[in-house]
Amino acid sequence: MKIDHSLPLEYSTEQNRLKILGFWIFLGAEIMLFATLFASYFVLVNGTGNGPSGAEIFEITPVLAETILLLTSSFTIGLAIHAMRLGNKKAMLVFFGITLVLGLAFLGVEIYEFVHYVHVGAGLQTSAFTAILLTTLGTHGAHVTFGLFWGLFILLQVKKNGLTPETTNKSFIFSLYWHFLDVVWIFIFSFVYLKGMM
Amino acid sequence: MEFFERFAVPHPSPAIYASMVAIGLTVIAIFAGLTYFKKWGFLWREWLTTVDHKRIGIMYLISAILMLFRGGADAIMMRAQLAAPENKLLDAQHYNEIFSTHGVVMILFMAMPFIIGLMNFVIPLQIGARDVAFPRLNALSFWLFFAGAMLFNISFVVGGSPDAGWTSYFPLAGNDFSQSVGTNYYMIAIQIAGLGTLMTGINFLATILKMRAPGMTLMKMPMFTWSAFIANIIIVFAFPVLTVALAMGTLDRLFGANFFTSNNGGMDMLWANLFWVWGHPEVYILILPAFGIYSEVISTFARRNLYGYKSMVGSMVIISVLSFVVWVHHFFTMGQGAFVNSIFSITTMAIAVPTGVKIFNWLFTLHKGKIVITTPMLYSLLFIPLFTIGGVTGVMLGMSAADYQYHNTMFLVAHFHMVIIPGVVFAMLAGLTYYWPKMFGFMLNERIGKWSAWTIGISTLVAFMPMFFSGLDGQARRMYTYSEASGFAIWNMISFIGAAGLAVGFALIVYNIYYSFRYASRDIGSDPWDARTLEWSTHTPVPEYNFAKIPQIDSVEPFWDQKKHGKKLFEGELEKIHMPNNSGIPFIMGILFFLWGFSFIFAMWIPVIIFTLAIFGCMAYQSFEKDHGRYIPLEEVEETENKLGGNR
Repeated sequence: MKIDHSLPLEYSTEQNRLKILGFWIFLGAEIMLFATLFASYFVLVNGTGNGPSGAEIFEITPVLAETILLLTSSFTIGLAIHAMRLGNKKAMLVFFGITLVLGLAFLGVEIYEFVHYVHVGAGLQTSAFTAILLTTLGTHGAHVTFGLFWGLFILLQVKKNGLTPETTNKSFIFSLYWHFLDVVWIFIFSFVYLKGMM
Repeated sequence: MEFFERFAVPHPSPAIYASMVAIGLTVIAIFAGLTYFKKWGFLWREWLTTVDHKRIGIMYLISAILMLFRGGADAIMMRAQLAAPENKLLDAQHYNEIFSTHGVVMILFMAMPFIIGLMNFVIPLQIGARDVAFPRLNALSFWLFFAGAMLFNISFVVGGSPDAGWTSYFPLAGNDFSQSVGTNYYMIAIQIAGLGTLMTGINFLATILKMRAPGMTLMKMPMFTWSAFIANIIIVFAFPVLTVALAMGTLDRLFGANFFTSNNGGMDMLWANLFWVWGHPEVYILILPAFGIYSEVISTFARRNLYGYKSMVGSMVIISVLSFVVWVHHFFTMGQGAFVNSIFSITTMAIAVPTGVKIFNWLFTLHKGKIVITTPMLYSLLFIPLFTIGGVTGVMLGMSAADYQYHNTMFLVAHFHMVIIPGVVFAMLAGLTYYWPKMFGFMLNERIGKWSAWTIGISTLVAFMPMFFSGLDGQARRMYTYSEASGFAIWNMISFIGAAGLAVGFALIVYNIYYSFRYASRDIGSDPWDARTLEWSTHTPVPEYNFAKIPQIDSVEPFWDQKKHGKKLFEGELEKIHMPNNSGIPFIMGILFFLWGFSFIFAMWIPVIIFTLAIFGCMAYQSFEKDHGRYIPLEEVEETENKLGGNR
């Protein structure tokens, strides 16, 4: 492995640079995935059948809580990567850990939200609107869940092996993923919840 | 017993029972043979765990050829059923299942792996790389594709085949009208294979962007690499749409959601739109690499450089953009109104312009070339007129007002077969014949090869030209029979003869492989075609590391320049070479995905949960695994180079 010391650790080997580029391309595919979900959401948003509409079931409090939790976690993963660049393993681990805790809290609120929807009669089978709502939110939530496990594994590897070209590369790619989920959430917040409640 | 009843075929026939026996015997024969010849270890070490792009490419090609015969058997059955009016060979339900699986198998499990197989084998060699960017991901791509293909193929003996057409339009594909698990197979098997394809797309984009030999700028890439590059961009942007559509279809069928139903706010047209937002770009994913193969072959055997390199690249970029804005032309008659139809008519017809540019570029490459008629060249020369027939009828279909006359008739069937067979299949056969010596170290027999090319070329015309006429006369597609009085009988009989001719042509190719394997010379050197690009500059058989020294590039045809103008391609000293390790994880994940998919199809939730956890377990294992690859020591590289005919 040739290590280029003029670059940050996560970019320092050829394979690392390939992985980062590959992940950006993957994020391009993810954008298409969520774009398709949003397009389908806009098509089906009025297909409420006999079920409730968005305005009838959305609650602002949990949604705001989720938004604040996820946006803050995006900030802390940024701090973690910053600490990583400075070579401060301890600070990096702390911020990385805070990110995962915030992600877990987000997921908890989202689960509460789903239970609430089913409780008020807006389950997956109720109408096309509820199906696409729960699928869009659920796809995002599944990504967060996957991220929690993935992030935990990386955290453990950084803890054990320190800041190596390999672990920093994984952490950096994870941060890209996490920021991406945050961006998707901003779209969900604006175009699903705010638009739905107006 | 109750548990097993779900696996019964809902609509059995003697042919299906015979297939069950045949499949069972084949599996037993393979297992017995492997055990008897003690080949399990060899199979595991050399093939199942390989991450070598060349071997993965060859596995893709073998699968594609197997699937070609599966899809071809479907085709022969359909043509035999339609050969005479009111024929009783197949009933309506069987006919429905057969045209559905024929479409899916041919597009997704034959054409796609054929193209991806050639990309795998050729692209790293063409750009002077030692492997793809993510070799293990590449193996995973293959095994996911293979799991999906096998899952789809067992449908007709376990639980029933999909019967709603390869487009699987809702509400026909919904639970109300497709009650067997067939359409579940469609949703899940294609989903698994599609994930593999998406990974391939990412892998090859990273490879082509980052791993080209020094000096090979984007505009010095060989044309096949360019075409694959564009096709992979389309893959990355089109396949997620299919992922979502299939997931929604699965939710509808297995979880009672209402995306595409006719009540509770569902919208069946959403499926049609999503399907074709993926489906039309998919057509260009298939055809662009095919165009790339033709560019390589025509330039090699016209013995001159490719005419209009820049316009070739430009037209492919334009095609890739247009491919995403034409999808509505697949359902002009399904109620968008005149305005929307007109827009999509214009975008559709616009695609003829860049395609025409490419056709003329090939013609101008032939102009003043010293043409050598070899088998790959023969396919390429047959392609130009035949594909033009398909292309021009496509423009006819693209005119939305006129389309009302011939939509969903045999005219359409004739059109897309006349583009896909001369466009994609001829290219794949040309590519297979062209790269065969590089893959296996001997050439396919030219005499038999030309016989098969002519047989396939003429049979394509015989099989599909009559459909233009019967279609214009009103014969609908996907109808299992027709009356004597309709007058379609003669056209369909001619088609059947053509289909039989195609079968003979493909059988000749198989015979050619057998014949050449036995009798062809192994002493062919590394450049039997006198070719122009980098893949022919390395040894045959290609060593594991492809190039002992990384080549230095300063033109589009570096190998030609080396041969004719004495430019140095390989400079510097031999060094130890870093290569990735083999891994069994991709193969295991393929098996797990197969079992996961199978359980999902039959809604057996406990196994679904177990296999889901196992799949994530494999991913977690990979995350913690430390694998930095290995070095091939300098002595071994020197030894290999000397054995293969000297250091280059």
